[in-house]
Amino acid sequence: MITLTQVAKRYTSDVAIGPVDLTIPAGGLTALVGPNGAGKSTLLTMIGRLLGIDSGSIEIAGYDIAGTNSKDLAKIVSILRQENHFVTRLTVRQLVGFGRFPHSQGRLTPHDEEVVSRSIDFLGLRELEGRYLDELSGGQRQRAYVAMVLAQDTDYLLLDEPLNNLDMQHSVQMMQHLRRAATELGRTIVIVLHDINFAGHYADRICAVKNGTVRHFGSPDEIMRDDILTDIFDTPVEVVEGPRGRIAVYY
Amino acid sequence: MSLPPTGTPAVERPPRAAAGPSRTRVPKARLFTWPLLIGLAVTTGLVVLSLFVGVYDIFGAQDGAEMFTITRVPRTIALVLAGAAMAMSGLVMQQLTQNRFVEPTTTGTTEWAGLGLLLITVLVPGAPLLVKMCAAVVAAFAGTMIFFLFLRRVTLRSSIIVPVVGMMLGAVVGAVSSYIALSTNMLQSMGVWFLGSFTSVLRGQYEPLWAVAIIVVAVFVAADRFTVAGLGQDIATNVGLNYNRIVLLGTGLIAGATGIVTVVVGNLPFLGLIVPNIVSLFRGDDLRSNLPWVCLTGIATVTVCDIIGRVVVMPFEVPVALILAIFGSVVFISLLLRQRRHA
Repeated sequence: MITLTQVAKRYTSDVAIGPVDLTIPAGGLTALVGPNGAGKSTLLTMIGRLLGIDSGSIEIAGYDIAGTNSKDLAKIVSILRQENHFVTRLTVRQLVGFGRFPHSQGRLTPHDEEVVSRSIDFLGLRELEGRYLDELSGGQRQRAYVAMVLAQDTDYLLLDEPLNNLDMQHSVQMMQHLRRAATELGRTIVIVLHDINFAGHYADRICAVKNGTVRHFGSPDEIMRDDILTDIFDTPVEVVEGPRGRIAVYY
Repeated sequence: MSLPPTGTPAVERPPRAAAGPSRTRVPKARLFTWPLLIGLAVTTGLVVLSLFVGVYDIFGAQDGAEMFTITRVPRTIALVLAGAAMAMSGLVMQQLTQNRFVEPTTTGTTEWAGLGLLLITVLVPGAPLLVKMCAAVVAAFAGTMIFFLFLRRVTLRSSIIVPVVGMMLGAVVGAVSSYIALSTNMLQSMGVWFLGSFTSVLRGQYEPLWAVAIIVVAVFVAADRFTVAGLGQDIATNVGLNYNRIVLLGTGLIAGATGIVTVVVGNLPFLGLIVPNIVSLFRGDDLRSNLPWVCLTGIATVTVCDIIGRVVVMPFEVPVALILAIFGSVVFISLLLRQRRHA
């Protein structure tokens, strides 16, 4: 369970996050949605302790992130931000291996190697494991980074817009992988998504963020409604019943 | 979307291998592979060659054996230590800045070390070598931190701008040094100091250079940390590392190596740039498995350049820095062009 209590961060007098009170239950896939600049990524980065908070507290699985050793937290929660522009010349396998750092401090044990292999296979990167990252396409590289945080073997997985720069096919594949990680591996995944229809289809819960606060939180059925989506995105949205569930139409 | 809704049982099952027993493992990477042993042999050959190249006839002359231990052996040890240390400094620096074009001479680190050396010589005339070295190391550390802090504050669009800024910073620091040297009548000796050359490396003078061996070992120990730092602050924090501490550690090691080498040998331009880039091209950026290669290539490069310097104008010598600068600038420019083609 991730619990945010009165979490706030102030940038300028009129740009601020929070105060946010939010409880994300353990298990399943939770999507953070909202317009640009709403504070979704900021919120996620704060939960992942990459960004400090000004007031309030954040607990993950009962551990207060401000008071817990970063080394120990690395075994509980992993976070992946949007893709790094600098591309290191590591092979996929070497990169994924660094996801084991919290467990082995760089000296991979046979067990680590096994976890790395499983993680690589899980994201369908087996053929590419010996390739250098700068030889991969954007989508493959993105998958390699996800494999890395998956190999970290944490119960909580935070991903900031993993569908960025991915085309339709790779976006769908990525969401399928994440869905499986939640369902089959029992991970708690929190993900920032831009496309409300991806959230509506794959997520178990949707958290709608606007102006730095949580505006709505609920199941896709509760959130995928004309009035709520129109309110969140400040643009007329019509929700229709599609062949595979509800679809938001906004164009 | 062409998928069943999440509520229905998943149609797509994971490949059996994912859940099943582990597949046959990639053989564990060994440190001593055949290519590395061959590299080791070649480098050893060069080092031995270096011992026997020179004007003085160590076999014919009466005091040949003595001259051998006074000049040739110290010179060769200095080549090995300085070559390895500077190449590794470049590598660590490139990881920490996530930029392939930085190394101690393209970031002003050597100029800062020079300024520290000059200041201590002016302020405390006759200071022992150890004090001079400390001054150079402290100045190199401060200067490198200034450069790193600048990089953090200013997001530079192009990776090529980073070394340009570094060289500009170095030029400013160098100009300050020149001014101080000019007004204290030390310009000429400063020129001799900074132009990297192994000519004056003699028994009784080079021994402080052994300190860089400790730095080399420290880099080996912390290699994985530097690789993780090279993946960026977010990823380093994510796996539980204190990024700022790694940067401080790395800067300390770089400053130590650069300061000591500058005081004992002088500038070795581009060595930290060409060696890691060539190694990365062939072997990628996994620091731990690359370090032996970077060490060997650094030693080999500086030894070859020194041997060339000793041979081309026999019986005189060309400082190794000149040879390195010619060789290094060619590699530097081709790297820049390659980058442009890829961009």
